[in-house]
Amino acid sequence: MESYKNINESKGLQYFIGIGSILFISFICYLFIDIIGYHVVALLLLLVVSILAMFFKILPVVIAAVLSALIWNFLFIQPRLTFKISTPEDALLFLMYFVIAVMNAVFTTKIRKAEATSRKRKEREKTIQLYNTLFNSLSHELKTPIAAIIGSVDTLKESAEKLSVDNKSELYNEIEIAGNRLNRQVKNLLNMSRLESDSIHLQLNWYDVNEIVYNVIDNNKIDCNQHQIIYQPQDSLPLFLFDATLVEQILHNIVHNAIQYTPKGSKIEIKFFNTSEACIFEISDNGKGFPEENMERVFEKFYRLPNSATGGTGLGLSIAQGFAEAHNGKIKVRNGSNGGAQFTVTIQAKMTDPKNYQNE
Amino acid sequence: MNNAEILVIDDEPQIRKLLKITLESNDYKVVLAETGTEGVHLVANHTPDLVILDLGLPDKSGHLVLKDLREWYDKSIIILSVQDSEADIIKALDNGATDYLTKPFRTGELLARIRASLRITQNTDLQPIIATGDLEIDLSSRMVKRNDTPVKLTATEYNLVALLAKNQGRVLTHQFLLKEIWGFGSQNETQYLRVFIAQLRKKLEENPNSPVHIITESGVGYRFV
Repeated sequence: MESYKNINESKGLQYFIGIGSILFISFICYLFIDIIGYHVVALLLLLVVSILAMFFKILPVVIAAVLSALIWNFLFIQPRLTFKISTPEDALLFLMYFVIAVMNAVFTTKIRKAEATSRKRKEREKTIQLYNTLFNSLSHELKTPIAAIIGSVDTLKESAEKLSVDNKSELYNEIEIAGNRLNRQVKNLLNMSRLESDSIHLQLNWYDVNEIVYNVIDNNKIDCNQHQIIYQPQDSLPLFLFDATLVEQILHNIVHNAIQYTPKGSKIEIKFFNTSEACIFEISDNGKGFPEENMERVFEKFYRLPNSATGGTGLGLSIAQGFAEAHNGKIKVRNGSNGGAQFTVTIQAKMTDPKNYQNE
Repeated sequence: MNNAEILVIDDEPQIRKLLKITLESNDYKVVLAETGTEGVHLVANHTPDLVILDLGLPDKSGHLVLKDLREWYDKSIIILSVQDSEADIIKALDNGATDYLTKPFRTGELLARIRASLRITQNTDLQPIIATGDLEIDLSSRMVKRNDTPVKLTATEYNLVALLAKNQGRVLTHQFLLKEIWGFGSQNETQYLRVFIAQLRKKLEENPNSPVHIITESGVGYRFV
């Protein structure tokens, strides 16, 4: 693939290879002319021209085609080593050869061009579709909280006397929830654009896994709908070298996803394992899991399961996967033995020898 | 303590208005500036007790304003900015910011940080006993008590908690803590710090996994509350 690309980029190389291969094949045929006869030579040269036409630009192919016709005439048609043609049959053959070789060159390149254009069009259609999905889900996700804020404030300002104390505090609450939701979506979008522009630079440092997991649990508490998040802290774990902000975001997005798409009161369990080179987090819930056929797509950008509840842009898991990859890691998903979703996050990370640092 | 004067340097009218109302309703005197240059002039004329500084100013970077102010202004400067990268936060703290809060922020949190910063700069003569919740740290006798029971700490553990407590409410960077306690400042040594913080939490926190006194500022440092 790489060499093909190089050939494509350098026109000079195309002329060289085109002319060279015709000369080379002619030379080989010339050695065996007595065995194979000059008709076979014509077919062999045509084959070379056809192959060149599949890969090269039109001009080098046409030049190779014309050259091959002339060489065939000069070296192989009787009388040899002249451009003369003695019989009408040979004259006809030469003419046919010339036309077929050039047509071959021209048509093959045209077909290739048409193919490339249709491929480009399909790609563009796909991009447009992706952007439409993006705009639809984004405008919904951003406008809903904005509507809640503006609407609540209007009511608070204009019907202040008519509102009960409870209703007032509920509207204030709505404004707060909407603000948090907007903040989260904007953070997601910023993270996504960081990933897209390849501007993630890992800030590696030594971290305590228990602390990271507890931060994640604390930060998700406000969104819990009587969900229980379970984690058994492990004593005497070593420290690990990773980017805590990114690792926290990975865990946060997966846990947040579980809270959003499992029924009220579901259990979410976080487990931690490690090898000498990797941290492994397992996040499982007791919801209804993912349909097998859509399993692989959950990490796709803007992908949301069919019929999933409103709220969410389809960015969270895709960002989590991107951040895991930034650590040379990977997130895998499957349905656990209880039918709920189970995410396994593997992050490459060095660890300390904890014995070295116990007290002075 | 109150009636302290606070200068807000922020180019966004909405944020200025929000801060003015919030701070004035908490009995602070408020002066507003829209640009870095105006802010520096106002600091020179008013010598406020505390400055709230935005980093994204139209005329010059807040980092520069901070550096300029720190040439001669020694009271609290709290950064209030949308820039939330660890690098920005550490840079500002290294350049002399007293504290750092990212937008969007909770006003309750901002008021707590203001109180802590004012306490640190106004009480230059430190009180020998720092008490917070179930903890009591006596700096004169190097004694730490939890629920009135003395806690046994190693010398390094004590030095670390005392340093954090003297700067109660304020974030101290990893680098700063390492330099003050161990005398070195290499980023790679943060593992020492984590081990000692974990040990301190086991001894001083009711629930070491959800600490209420020694708070982690992810990627930046620790804060004693």
